[in-house]
Amino acid sequence: MTLVYPIEPHHAAHPKYLSPDYKSSIKRAPQKPLVIIRQTMSELTGPVYGHEAVRVGDNDLTTQHAAEPLGERIIVHGRVLDEDGRGVPHALLEVWQANACGRYIHVRDQHPAPLDPNFTGAGRTQTDADGRYKFVTIKPGAYPWGNHPNAWRSAHIHFSVFGHAFVSRLVTQMYFPGDPLFAFDPIFNAVPDEQARFRMVSSFDLEATQPEWALAYRFDIVLRGRDATPMETQA
Amino acid sequence: MSGKIVTGLTPSQTVGPFFAYGLVSNGTYAWPDAFSHDLVTPDASGERIRVVGNVYDGDGAAIPDAMLEIWQADSQGRFNDPRDTRGGSNTSFKGFGRTGTSAQGGYGFETIKPGGVPGLDGKLQAPHILMAVFARGLLLHLYTRIYFDGEAANDTDAVLAQVPPDRRATLIARRDADGAYRFDIHLQGDNETVFFDV
Ligand SMILES: [Fe+2]
Repeated sequence: MTLVYPIEPHHAAHPKYLSPDYKSSIKRAPQKPLVIIRQTMSELTGPVYGHEAVRVGDNDLTTQHAAEPLGERIIVHGRVLDEDGRGVPHALLEVWQANACGRYIHVRDQHPAPLDPNFTGAGRTQTDADGRYKFVTIKPGAYPWGNHPNAWRSAHIHFSVFGHAFVSRLVTQMYFPGDPLFAFDPIFNAVPDEQARFRMVSSFDLEATQPEWALAYRFDIVLRGRDATPMETQA
Repeated sequence: MSGKIVTGLTPSQTVGPFFAYGLVSNGTYAWPDAFSHDLVTPDASGERIRVVGNVYDGDGAAIPDAMLEIWQADSQGRFNDPRDTRGGSNTSFKGFGRTGTSAQGGYGFETIKPGGVPGLDGKLQAPHILMAVFARGLLLHLYTRIYFDGEAANDTDAVLAQVPPDRRATLIARRDADGAYRFDIHLQGDNETVFFDV
């Protein structure tokens, strides 16, 4: 299978670098035009992981300490797909998140909410042969962030995903359905296309719920890359 | 616009300020790192090099919460990926590294100087390392390329040739007094690093 990575659809889905409502983008967004280049072997290859990168249990964020973390236990699962909807096997996913109170363990998060001694908030896993993955965690809380008066982030889990090539690299955030903070979140709204924006919102998945134990959310992730063959018919 | 339905790519979001404990914990948090700033493996042949620099914002302030990833060929220009159909690398050198910037905005990678890899015209590209830049404030990561000062092949490199001549210097790492290759990243300003749309 040979994948190609067209540049145009890639732009339509993503935020603009300069999104002034998100203050941190103002001094960090590049101001000169990006230089458009065609992909070479350097861009079309990417790191391959051994299983050493992921230990058994790394996908369960609720069992990393002596006792269980506080909060609402949830299953987060889905598939990593290419643009033709085919599963991406053995893709590495890394997640990090705030605890149930909306507090990160990171030293620079000083928001006055308690840390949970039983929750670090980091996990990783690899997709199976069909591109499926699954995490067990607790639902993160919303948190204040000082971007503007009374600014709160929508509850989210940070995702880092590797596809087949260095150009399919993706860092994103997974949101929860129906969050009342969506309308007030400049990071979420930095994605200009509404349909694309709501692809970052997981869906409640009753079928994957485990009775008496955990609710479930489904989050499918589509990475750059599509089969090279159909492109030839398109020109 | 062709009639083809726009595909459903998942949008990018910023890595935010708090990624370190999950992605580059450096032993500070109860979570082991999957990747390292040190790419060198015992069996890797070639010239050991150190690539160092700072990441700066539009005010010239160093950025303490950036994450950098590099991807490169081995000293013989082979990628450790089955998609390198020439046979790939025959050592355990993986060619991928990750680090976070320090409180002072600095970074450093220990690696091997890459060999040339074929370009689209079949000719060898000048030796280079790909870099992806992630940071709070960057809603989508940026791609750049690290080239090496003094390489004759820089003059004929097809990618460098597409960069406006007055901006090419931002892509060339130069030896500092300690022998490391210095590659500073400026997200904005007169010296804004060239980033690629690829
Ligand atoms: Fe966050």
